[in-house]
Amino acid sequence: MEWATQTDTKVRTETGTESGPRGPGCSLRHFACEQNLLSRPDGSASFLQGDTSVLAGVYGPAEVKVSKEIFNKATLEVILRPKIGLPGVAEKTRERLIRNTCEAVVLGALHPRTSITVVLQVVSDAGSLLACCLNATCMALVDAGVPMQALFCGVTCTLDSDGALVLDPTAKQEKEARAVLTFALDSVERKLLMSTTKGLYSNAEFHQCLAAAQAASQHVFRFYRESLQRRYSKS
Amino acid sequence: MKETPLSNCERRFLLRAIEEKKRLDGRQTYDYRNVKISFGTDYGCCIVELGKTRVLGQVSCELVSPKLNRATEGILFFNLELSQMAAPAFEPGRQSDLLVKLNRLLERCLRNSKCIDTESLCVVAGEKVWQIRVDLHLLNHDGNIIDAASIAAIVALCHFRRPDVSVQGDEVTLYTPEERDPVPLSIHHMPICVSFAFFQQGTYLLVDPNEREERVMDGLLVIAMNKHREICTIQSSGGIMLLKDQVLRCSKIAGVKVAEITELIQKALENDQKVRKEGGKFGFAESIANQRITAFKMEKAPIDTSDVEEKAEGIIAEAEPPAEVVSKPVLWTPGTAQIGEGIENSWGNLEDSEKEEEEGGDDEAIILDSIKMETGEVSDIGNQDAPIVLSDSEEEEMIILEPDKNPKKIRTQTVNTKQEKAPSKKPVKKRKKKRAAN
Repeated sequence: MEWATQTDTKVRTETGTESGPRGPGCSLRHFACEQNLLSRPDGSASFLQGDTSVLAGVYGPAEVKVSKEIFNKATLEVILRPKIGLPGVAEKTRERLIRNTCEAVVLGALHPRTSITVVLQVVSDAGSLLACCLNATCMALVDAGVPMQALFCGVTCTLDSDGALVLDPTAKQEKEARAVLTFALDSVERKLLMSTTKGLYSNAEFHQCLAAAQAASQHVFRFYRESLQRRYSKS
Repeated sequence: MKETPLSNCERRFLLRAIEEKKRLDGRQTYDYRNVKISFGTDYGCCIVELGKTRVLGQVSCELVSPKLNRATEGILFFNLELSQMAAPAFEPGRQSDLLVKLNRLLERCLRNSKCIDTESLCVVAGEKVWQIRVDLHLLNHDGNIIDAASIAAIVALCHFRRPDVSVQGDEVTLYTPEERDPVPLSIHHMPICVSFAFFQQGTYLLVDPNEREERVMDGLLVIAMNKHREICTIQSSGGIMLLKDQVLRCSKIAGVKVAEITELIQKALENDQKVRKEGGKFGFAESIANQRITAFKMEKAPIDTSDVEEKAEGIIAEAEPPAEVVSKPVLWTPGTAQIGEGIENSWGNLEDSEKEEEEGGDDEAIILDSIKMETGEVSDIGNQDAPIVLSDSEEEEMIILEPDKNPKKIRTQTVNTKQEKAPSKKPVKKRKKKRAAN
């Protein structure tokens, strides 16, 4: 079984459309992040996972419309803009998932009657888009200095017809997969903040994917830590 | 979120600086900000930075049936979006005046100047043509959106490759990028917009105004020109009167700027093509400046997932097995069945309350009736005496809020108040009239 999965991933990497070859076994694509690249928003970040790229801008805590005002906490708003055409149902569901994740970690009670607006722009979609959106959101919130009780990251994994697990899939891998699972995890206890799945999988497979996502999240959080260390270093 | 207004002292400071031929960002009067062009991994995707103004351009294509009056021409579609990311004042999904103006100007600059050969986009005359869609997203607004958008649009169009198509008889074959290399669009020339801001009724002129300068300017002149010094569009807005010499001088400056920008675009396109051909790394990841302190990259990381199965098994073993529920559908009446354990229906209580409400509703109906009549007459009386209307409306609210009160009592009360405030005979007559009308 183990052997079979390994050869499978190898075959997939050879046919993948990625510019660089993926190593054997599960791996995350190369990551890149740039913070504070836009001058107008309070915080902004561009997050790249392989060829998938998302740009996030955060305004807040700022003035809120009276109709949207919540008297004991900040109003969180997430806007996701597709690259081509107008936003549709798919974008709305993603917006909601991201907003729910943010609401779980952002300490909105510290800024009552304000608005925190996250605007996300898809720059290129090459798989694991929701995970990349979540990562970009987190980095932008950090850049804006919004108080949070923990950082969060998104990890996507797929199961193909043989039950082989692939982390951070490309668009092609997502298309061929039997099930696509996306998790949002917090940085303190690696607890699950949000999960969304598509396709057919067993209970055991779900826990496998979750465990793999938790393992992958350590790398993402290390990436966060190192990039912030670099940012706040003196040199 | 509302735009922060510019304070008077800021405005005065800016205008005085312009009078002294100084600009806040240290540019000279005719200086253009730095233009940076970077390409994405897909064809037809680019980000153009004009100083801090940033525009993302993406071209896509689709096979559609042509317009009836232009059977052999492809369709060009431009869509500039002002994302809230660019500035907090931009609301999502709203067609503001600025947005309409910019979109129209872009269309005039790129479609009406016939810079793209639309006839080459025809596949089968009258049946299938390519629709080329240019999506432009403003990511950061620091003035001069139109110049940045026009550069992004033309760069994205030049960079774009559409799938190859072949027609044999009636059969149309669409080739994937693997089968045949996608083909570029045929572009005749590259029109580029150059903006000029005028201050103090045209006394002072600045090229490429930034956001602050745009806020204090009196008028704006946009000239779209290609490198052959052919003017494609010219638009003056803001209501300033310009002299012929001024327009000519602007067109001369535009010619110089357009030549510079065109050269830059061509260099960027060549560079990207070379990298793609050599199989090097391309895309936005490569355009992130490595030396920046805010940027960080990580190579791909292998993740040990060997223990995942054991972990999952452990969790499942630890977890309590779900309580087994054997569902036996119980047929109450034909067409109504129940599955699951027979839990006490919590809706039963609701029915009682509904009944109560119904009872209350009857009372209300009576009351409402009386109110209707009363308001009818009051509106007539109200013309003579306004305070009565006010007092009456209070009564209305009181009645609706407390339906338990004895309606008759209220009625008498209201009538009493009426009698106190209004002549006794009048309302009765009017009520009769109302009924007759109904």
